[in-house]
Amino acid sequence: MSLATIELAGVAKRFGAQVAVQGIDLSLQEGGCVGLVGHNGAGKSTLIKLMLGLLRPSAGTVRVLGEDPTGGASVRARREIGYLPDNVAFHPSMTGAETIGFYARLKREAPARGRALLQQVGLDEAARRRVGTYSKGMRQRLGFAQALLGHPRALLLDEPTTGLDPEFRLRFFGILADMRRAGTSVLLSSHALAELEGAVDRIVVIDHGRKLADGDIATLRAEAGLVPRLRASLANGQLPGWQQVAPGVFETSCPEPDILAFLKALPDKAGSVEILRPALDEVYAAILQGPQQNRGLGPSCAARFRVTAPAGPGESPGLRCRELHL
Amino acid sequence: MNPILLIANKEIQESIRNRWVVALTCLLAIFALTLAFLGAAPTGLVKASALAVTVVSLSSLSIFLLPLIGLLLAYDAVVGEAERGTLALLLAYPVARWQVILGKFAGHVSILAFATVVGYGTAGLVVSIVSHSDAAWPSFALMIGSSVLLGAAFVAIGYVISVLAGDRGAGGGLAIGVWLLFVLIFDMMLLGVLVADQGRMITAGMVNWALLLNPADAYRLLNLAGTSDVRMFSGMSGLAQQVHFGVTSLLFVMALWVVVPLSTAVALFARREI
Ligand SMILES: Nc1ncnc2c1ncn2[C@@H]1O[C@H](COP(=O)(O)OP(=O)(O)OP(=O)(O)O)[C@@H](O)[C@H]1O
Ligand SMILES: [Mg+2]
Repeated sequence: MSLATIELAGVAKRFGAQVAVQGIDLSLQEGGCVGLVGHNGAGKSTLIKLMLGLLRPSAGTVRVLGEDPTGGASVRARREIGYLPDNVAFHPSMTGAETIGFYARLKREAPARGRALLQQVGLDEAARRRVGTYSKGMRQRLGFAQALLGHPRALLLDEPTTGLDPEFRLRFFGILADMRRAGTSVLLSSHALAELEGAVDRIVVIDHGRKLADGDIATLRAEAGLVPRLRASLANGQLPGWQQVAPGVFETSCPEPDILAFLKALPDKAGSVEILRPALDEVYAAILQGPQQNRGLGPSCAARFRVTAPAGPGESPGLRCRELHL
Repeated sequence: MNPILLIANKEIQESIRNRWVVALTCLLAIFALTLAFLGAAPTGLVKASALAVTVVSLSSLSIFLLPLIGLLLAYDAVVGEAERGTLALLLAYPVARWQVILGKFAGHVSILAFATVVGYGTAGLVVSIVSHSDAAWPSFALMIGSSVLLGAAFVAIGYVISVLAGDRGAGGGLAIGVWLLFVLIFDMMLLGVLVADQGRMITAGMVNWALLLNPADAYRLLNLAGTSDVRMFSGMSGLAQQVHFGVTSLLFVMALWVVVPLSTAVALFARREI
């Protein structure tokens, strides 16, 4: 049984009359990765700050690595916590190398480890420049580098991918995957839902301070009641029962478990078939609207699998699948 | 390395970068040299120790300047870092909050001490070389030491302001208000009370005790009335007869003015949300 790195029970936080979060139960296991999503002002950053002891809960209990983050014993525990705040800021007159060196020593790490991390986030050339001269993405990279100091067992990342270029974004998720394999738990908030797909194993939806949904992406898809669609393009012929959306292009709704059966039932000469799964954005929108059955898919649905029929008689029968990375 | 030392070190490093250290040292040296030579001019007539006169003029300056410098160094320490977003990150590290305050205190006081010792020390050295007198060196050293202590008291008071203030603007305003209170309003109020009382109820002893409620006044007592070689030039010889606090107890009071605000700041910071 894996250990809970983060445990929130009945947590509420009020700022005067303003309720930022309430009734939040949340737990994160060793090596797990949770994506925290929700509208602006939903309470994501508040939750993360509660986990760090920067805020005190108005109700409920927070445990991170077994400690109350506002208690004295949490100081030691923070050696194993990495944090990337939203809009991360550094002292502008210090260089990148000095900055990471300072934070490395605070975590009782050798400064050499800081330099290695700078290299890992591609800042080795800018290391001797003042952080004040850094671009937004460079600051974000530096913020990520410092969060990795000290081999953290828990990584709390508040909108870590804002400002990152697409190439580094991929590297970022690669590093996260490595960390998770080593047992690190990751909690990250994001507004870019598409990037969470495949990167996190659980999504927690926060809406006006309350937890609206919590589960893996497949479960959330099912809960949202969004049904995938199949789109077939035929050189000629008809597909009875399917809806023709363009000349030679047919679509039909198809519940997830029936997809294979549908594909097998296609005529031999089917040109290509795409499975249109609801994108996470749509799942999210549907969750916010509440449960509803068999909703149609909007234009943002992701075609994640394209199935093509055998190209020639020499090829093996059956369907070839290739995943399209979007 | 100890987190307190790390934070102090970073604070010093930043102040060197921002030219705070250079600016402060030059400012204090220029003021001190100017006052030393203006003040030393008439000593030929009175045949006084030039250095002792410098102590009097410099400590009159310090009473205004060092509280201001201390508050300016400190008022931003918590509220400024919170506003810029660097505090949340720092507190997510394995550092206790009291260590943050003590680290900043060590850094800020080092900066202040460096500027005061070098700035005033230069002036003292020049004066004693020019006037060939060194009899008043102990008083001069006491003046420098207590000036640093005065600055440290206001650094500590500045942290209390910084922890309480909701934003930097409010912190700055509060700092100026506190400065005015201690260097101006407090003495005026005391004077007003004395005038109104006309010696009916308030004794000199009570005034002396009341002066201890203000670190700047404790400093004044220490430097203008505390030592004999200075007393006669400070116009305080009348007061000095009634001062029943020795140098040690005045230093102790000033130390209390460091310790009490600093512990208050630590206690308040422990409760503050970022
Ligand atoms: N210090 C504070 N004082 C008063 N209200 C606050 C404070 N911090 C947050 N709030 C309120 O709490 C709510 C949640 O804020 P929070 O920053 O957690 O949102 P978020 O989900 O992180 O939003 P975003 O996506 O914009 O980052 C908001 O309504 C916000 O106004
Ligand atoms: Mg936020």
